[in-house]
Parts: sequence; structure tokens; C-alpha cells
Amino acid sequence: MTGEAGAAGPVEVAKEPVGPEGPKRAKDPTGATEPTGVEAFATRAEQDGYRPSERRLAHEAYRRSRARRSALIATASTVLTAVALYLLVVNSPGWEVTRRTFFNLDYARQALPEVLRGLRLNLELMLGCGVLILVFGLLLAVLRTLRGPVFLPVRLLATAYVDFFLGLPMIICLLVMITGVPALRLTGVTTDPLLLGGAALVLTYSAYVSEVFRSGIESVHPSQRAAARSLGLTNAQAMRYVVLPQAVRRVVPPLINNLVSLQKDTGLVSIGGAIDAVYAAKIIAAHSFNFTPYLLAGLVFIVLTIPLTRFADWLTGRMNRRQLQGGAV
Amino acid sequence: MSGTDVLRLESVRKTFGSQVVLRDVDLAVPEHSVTALIGASGSGKSTLMRCVNLLEGIDDGAIFLDGSEITDPRADVDAVRRRIGVVFQSYNLFPHMTVLENITLAPRRVHGVGRAEAEARALELLDRLGLAAKAKEYPDRLSGGQQQRVAIVRALATGPRLLLLDEITAALDPVLVGEVLMVVRDLKEQGMTMVLSTHEMGFAREVADRVCFLDGGVVLEQGPPEQVFGDPQEERTRQFLSRVVASGRLQG
Repeated sequence: MTGEAGAAGPVEVAKEPVGPEGPKRAKDPTGATEPTGVEAFATRAEQDGYRPSERRLAHEAYRRSRARRSALIATASTVLTAVALYLLVVNSPGWEVTRRTFFNLDYARQALPEVLRGLRLNLELMLGCGVLILVFGLLLAVLRTLRGPVFLPVRLLATAYVDFFLGLPMIICLLVMITGVPALRLTGVTTDPLLLGGAALVLTYSAYVSEVFRSGIESVHPSQRAAARSLGLTNAQAMRYVVLPQAVRRVVPPLINNLVSLQKDTGLVSIGGAIDAVYAAKIIAAHSFNFTPYLLAGLVFIVLTIPLTRFADWLTGRMNRRQLQGGAV
Repeated sequence: MSGTDVLRLESVRKTFGSQVVLRDVDLAVPEHSVTALIGASGSGKSTLMRCVNLLEGIDDGAIFLDGSEITDPRADVDAVRRRIGVVFQSYNLFPHMTVLENITLAPRRVHGVGRAEAEARALELLDRLGLAAKAKEYPDRLSGGQQQRVAIVRALATGPRLLLLDEITAALDPVLVGEVLMVVRDLKEQGMTMVLSTHEMGFAREVADRVCFLDGGVVLEQGPPEQVFGDPQEERTRQFLSRVVASGRLQG
């Protein structure tokens, strides 16, 4: 049966293109040359006798000259700005001292291995916390969309949680966790500042991320849910198969931005005494009175985040392009 | 046209705030029949459809599906919707799913049909509508007419008792309208019970067994198409139809 359908298909499809091409081919021989195969394809532009008009050539020449001018202006402006900034910094009264204490290559070389060893901790924290944050954030967002009287306390709790941790400064949350929890002397609860610091990150960031997820869920048009419900899907099924997949896709770029922000904030865990990149730099700076290690640690973080932000940009751009290409929904 | 009514509305009233959208609407849709709702925009056609599918609650009256009241607050909403297929004006396909996934979602997740069986059935339906080649495509790669036909297949895939078609050609250009209406004609041949709202009066006249003219939330006139179009009893109906003729949607 499928064989038959398959056989019938191509025949019909093959017929169609012949129609429109037929007249074209018939016209071609009237032209002077009769190219075949690949040549015919390559010289299609010449075949229909098109030659760019004077007007088009003039327009293109003008556009090229404008583009050259723009490039020149951009280069000049960039160079001027860089020189101005350089002169401003170098001519400032304290530059010599600053250069010695912040830009000392010897100390940088000495600190690099320590900072990188500390960075490992930051990366582990980011990955570990990142996964937990995504899970909790999504959970919180979904809990807040639950309908029905049974879920009222759940909704209230989730809302209160998000409100609380959105407003609470990160550093206070960290201090409370790292110093407050051990002070409770609870048995079976860790006093490891690293774990407690990580927990503080998860607590705060879950609130941020849940808001991102929630905005994604709300951005899915109600008609999608109506379509799902009218197919007989329950509320939960409509959420799982129709709303969430679209919502999550839309919030990937802002989530990456949150990840970048999280990566920086892992440096705050050092206030509890865990030796991360920032703390490693602090140790060296403390016995040398040179701040170059701090700058180095900062640079290392920047180098890590740039690819992530560029990736988020690229992803956003790609999604925008796809949307501009159309698509009814 | 013997047998029971698949759908019956009894003095249905629906308001949005102080605005009465449906006023004492009575309607009976026998099995294997096609009912066309006509009327100006805002006359209540879409609201009526949404009420039947329980996307909107009604204020008074009752709606019966196969004799049992579905507007009873104790009725299982999901169970009712499982027996009614809906096609929307704006298709509402799920953009993150392929055509095949769109169609098999409800059979698999709601009706518990196995994947292989659901896909085989979907492909059979797609094939009948000449869309088998598009099974693996995402909706945004399809033309409006193709998307709307996929939406029809999606609504049919669960074997509904009743199909609601809410101005399904309103978003399409005249060329694409034809291919969608062809599908509806075929469905009528196969005996599908349908309620459709449309601005395509020529089509309503051709395909409907009963035409129902809504005006200001009231069923002003209903009857066989020859009567409603050929010999309208109400002054308002005559006015509406003459405006439609003037706009070129119906030969006078």
C-alpha cells in the first residue's frame, strides 16, 4: 500500500516541474548560445540577458564609498578614544605606584597557579549550584502556576519564598548561612563554609531563575493552552507537553546571563574561608602587599564569562532571526 | 437524519460583564449533520463554540452532548473535551513539535494509544489530505492552508464525536481557502457531525444541512440553507445577506 503511494507520489511530483520549465527551455534555443548541464546553471544570469544598469552600478559604487568612509571613521574614533584613555591613566598622579601594586608581572606569574587552583573551586561551585538552581527555579515557577484551591498554600509559600530571596542581598544571605547555621549547633547539619556558601547561592539564585522561568511560561500564548485543553489534555499535561517546552526554549538566553552572574558570585563564597580564586589572590596579596593577584583573579573571571555572554548573544540573535523568518504561531 | 442529536443547546445564556453575548440560544445538531453558524463579527458565533467546548462557562441554560448535560458542574471537563474536536481560526499548532508529533500528542497522552499505532493512524489521515510528505516538518515551514489542514487532522486523530470549526478559513487567502474547504466537504461525505462558523456563505450554502443566523447573541433564524439564503423570513437576515452579496462573498 505504501509502495503504491510512494510510486504515485514521485510521478506527480516529477510532472509538476516539467510544466513551468517547459516553456523556458523552449525559449532558450532562440538565444545565441545553447549551454548545457552545469554551464547552463552557472550562466543563468547572462542567459536571460541581464546586464546591471548604469543606475545600479552608480548606486553600488556610492554604497561602497560610504562603507569605506564608515570604516575609516570607526577606526579613527577607536584609536583616538584608546589614546585618550591611555594618556588619562598614565598621566594620573598616582600612576607609578598603581602600576607597581596592580600591574606587577612578577607577582602575576607567581599568583597564577594559585589563582587557577582556586578557580577550580569556583567552577565546581558554579556547575553544582547551577544544576540545583535550574531544578529549584523551574519547580518554583511551576508551583506558582498551579490552579485549584488545594494548592493555595503551595502557591503562597512559593510566592513568599521568591519575594524574600529576590529582595535579600546576596552577601547577607551568605553571611547568615555561613555564620548563622553553624551557630545553631544542629546535629547532622554541615558547618563546611563551602557547602553553606553554595546553599546560599542556590537559595538566592533559585528565586531569580524562577522569575525567568515564570516570565517564559507567561509568554506562551493562551491559545496554545486552549488548543491543548481542547484536545483533552489535562492542565498538567498541557503544561508539560505544550507550555513548558516552549517556555524553556525562550528563556535560554536570559538563563545564560544568570549563569554568568552566578559564576562571578561564586567568588563571594570566599568570605567563609573557602579557598577559591579570590581567596587565593587575597592570601598572596596579604603577604606581599601587592594587589596584582586580585587583578589577575578578576581577569580570569572575565575570560571565563566572555564566551558565555557571546554564546547567549548568538543564541538570542539566532532565535530572533528564526522568528523574523515567520512562522504563524 | 434519524437518531439522536449529538449536540443540543437549550436556552443558553452567556454574558461578559454587563454585555449579553448569547441570549436564549436553542440549537440541535443531529448525528452526521453539518450546522453552519453565520452572522456578523461579534454576533456570538465564536463564543457559542467556546461554550460547547467548555473553554467558557455559561450563565444559564444547558448544553447536551449525546443526551448528557456537559454544562453540569459535576461533568468531567476533560472527558467532554476528549469527545469534541476543535479547529481554530489561527490554527494553534504547537510550534515546537513536528506535524506528526502535533497529531499524535492527544492520542498518545490522552487516549493511551501506542506510539506506532498513533503514528500509523496519523500518517493515514495525513495521506488522505495529501500531507504525508510534511509529517516530519515543523509547522512554521508550512503554508497557512497546510497548517490548517494539519490542525484538522490533529482534531480528527482522536476520533471525536463532534467537530467544531471556528472560522477556519478566515486567516487564509482565497487560494488556500479552497484546499481547506475541500477537506470539510470530504468530512461531510464521511458522515462527520460538524458545527462550523464561517463567512464563506457560498460554502455554508453548499455544505450545511442547517444554517443558523446569529444576530446580537440571538438565533434569529435557522433552517435549511435554501430557506435561509433563498427566502429569509427576518428583515435582519435579509440585510445581512444583502451586505454579504455586496461584498462579493455570495452570488446574489
